[in-house]
Amino acid sequence: MAAHSTVSRDCEVRLTEDQDKEYVGFATLPNQVHRKSVKKGFDFTLMVAGESGLGKSTLVNSLFLTDLYKDRKLLNAEERITQTVEITKHTVDIEEKGVKLKLTIVDTPGFGDAVNNTECWKSVADYIDQQFEQYFRDESGLNRKNIQDNRVHCCLYFISPFGHGLRPLDVEFMKALHEKVNIVPVLAKADTLTPLEVKKKKIKIREEIEQYGIKIYQFPDCDSDEDEEFKQQDQELKDSIPFAVIGSNTVVEAKGKRVRGRLYPWGIVEVENPAHCDFVKLRNMLVRTHMQDLKDVTRETHYENYRAHCIQSMTRMVVKERNRNKLTRESGTDFPIPTAPGVSDSETEKLIREKDEEVRQPPHTQTQEQECVTQECVDQECVMHDECVQESVQEECVMQEESVQEAEHCAELC
Amino acid sequence: MADSVISEIPPTMCLEKPSIDFSYVGIDAILEQMRRKAMKQGFELNIMVVGQSGLGKSTLMNTLFKSKVSRKSFMGTAEEKIPKTIEIKSVSHDIEEKGVRMKLTVIDTPGFGDQINNENCWQPIMKFINDQYEQYLQEEINIDRKKRIPDSRVHCCIYFIPPTGHCLRPLDVEFMRRLSKVVNIVPVIAKADTLTLEERDFFKKKIREELRANGIDVYPQKEFDEDAEDRMINEKIREMIPFAVVGSDQEYQVNGRRLLGRKTKWGTIEVENIAHCEFAYLRDLLIRTHMQNIKDITSSIHYEMYRVCRLNENNTQANGLADHHPASHEI
Repeated sequence: MAAHSTVSRDCEVRLTEDQDKEYVGFATLPNQVHRKSVKKGFDFTLMVAGESGLGKSTLVNSLFLTDLYKDRKLLNAEERITQTVEITKHTVDIEEKGVKLKLTIVDTPGFGDAVNNTECWKSVADYIDQQFEQYFRDESGLNRKNIQDNRVHCCLYFISPFGHGLRPLDVEFMKALHEKVNIVPVLAKADTLTPLEVKKKKIKIREEIEQYGIKIYQFPDCDSDEDEEFKQQDQELKDSIPFAVIGSNTVVEAKGKRVRGRLYPWGIVEVENPAHCDFVKLRNMLVRTHMQDLKDVTRETHYENYRAHCIQSMTRMVVKERNRNKLTRESGTDFPIPTAPGVSDSETEKLIREKDEEVRQPPHTQTQEQECVTQECVDQECVMHDECVQESVQEECVMQEESVQEAEHCAELC
Repeated sequence: MADSVISEIPPTMCLEKPSIDFSYVGIDAILEQMRRKAMKQGFELNIMVVGQSGLGKSTLMNTLFKSKVSRKSFMGTAEEKIPKTIEIKSVSHDIEEKGVRMKLTVIDTPGFGDQINNENCWQPIMKFINDQYEQYLQEEINIDRKKRIPDSRVHCCIYFIPPTGHCLRPLDVEFMRRLSKVVNIVPVIAKADTLTLEERDFFKKKIREELRANGIDVYPQKEFDEDAEDRMINEKIREMIPFAVVGSDQEYQVNGRRLLGRKTKWGTIEVENIAHCEFAYLRDLLIRTHMQNIKDITSSIHYEMYRVCRLNENNTQANGLADHHPASHEI
């Protein structure tokens, strides 16, 4: 039904529908929502992480049928020794059947390549946090019309097929990131394994993931009213983690058939053959069935966690500043916007806790201090650089701080 | 392997029709995913009806949604019927159609325009609307936010103009002038079966002129047209507002069909017949084509304006100005 046809043209359509006397017409709502989204287009940010040479770029190219890495120059061994982990972004606009998708691929060249790989995931975690912070600022700002969503919706982590399950680097990386982003583990270059080896490895990896308490992306459970086929597919999907994938962007011809695959003397590995690898499952999951859910979990869980954490740590900093100002009679310090909000050393924590205790002790001065907060914040506001954003974030922070204090006060009374 | 050829062809340039579609990724499936999600979640719609008593507000709501969503006011004596102050009565219903679930809330405003002195009768209504915005804002800035914030903001306000046939009354102008800045107003000419077609056209023209003269921007607002396509569709609608409507929840037999209408000695007025009245246009606008748009304008424009005002207010307050509670933003 043309949801936006001109009103007069609707006459004939209306007549038949009105004969169904109970029909009001709001069943067209999903179509109306569609229309807006199709006009605006969608966006999706996918991160790929893993050591070099595991086929990340090829897989990305195969998944989205593009060539994102045309001008790439691979470094040789000497250059890679001291290389730090970079974060590179490639954006491509894909359009299919009128639907526009702005796809951003975030790559992590250099990950796991150096001799000493300690904390090589830090720049990745920082990048993800930066995107959250940017979104948080935009969302708290005054002009929210065209917010760009650069948050990472999904991270494909490539596990090497040559080891015995997860390696220490894999475990550390996933544990550092599992609460910031949806991790989908992928068993790379699966054509080096026989089907039995693949099965055994998958079981081993799943066990280790559970053993180490790594929270990978969970597929949502099916509704009870979904049809059997859907439920079965869903179960198969859940049993296929990690996806054993093979990537290829070359088309190979064999016995008159053209397939995308890899040609070996002993046969042809077909990328899109479900018997050969899980590529089709991964693509369907990522693009055709779970893209919306990945974005929802990022938005509702990971981002909300970040936001709550951020507000609480900012509130604490305000309390700290206030107490510090009260003690030393300083005024007009810059409002400290945390650069790495997830990190707070134990000494600071201890200080905050001490100050919190101080605050809590004399209940009759509580209200006075609350008023003082607004005044202190006033002094700090004047010195802020980016006034608009800071002010609105500040305002939220003040309101949060009051509610946090109230909550603490109530908790104390209980 | 003589019978195999390796070719490095970028997938979009396949020359023959292969058995598998090489260039199909499947991103249009995201529409289906969104649809599923929307169907599961259901929709919310909050409509406010404003107008003097007896103009057929409840009947119109019932006609629009083909069910008793609005209770007709009790026909008592004058003292009992007209409340001394304006009340705001909100009634919610869960309705479903073809798998799409909707929580419809009809907000009634008995007492509006019924007093002898109607000064400031728009204030309780503006306060109510701003309170809903405030409630949403508070939920939004909470640390622990709900996944889906319940939306009680008024999406649309249907204003009932009595069919005098001359022009807008001062009360109408005052009300619409103030409220068009905070909510989407859809003006309708109530009980339009008292006007002949010529009288109706004249009345509508007069109303449009007066709205223009007073700078009142009713839905669909000109400044919020997104692109040429929208503008074209909305221009046609703007040429027809206010819709002259007749409501009825009784069915009569006309030409072998049972239709909603009003039966009089001189004929039966069919509610859904566009030759008789413009109810069908109103219904299409509100429900079938522009419902999502109405909600979007409420959330992305009216609500954002409120939010900006509120955040700025808070900052000026923090800078040492007097009153803690901001006045409802009166203009």
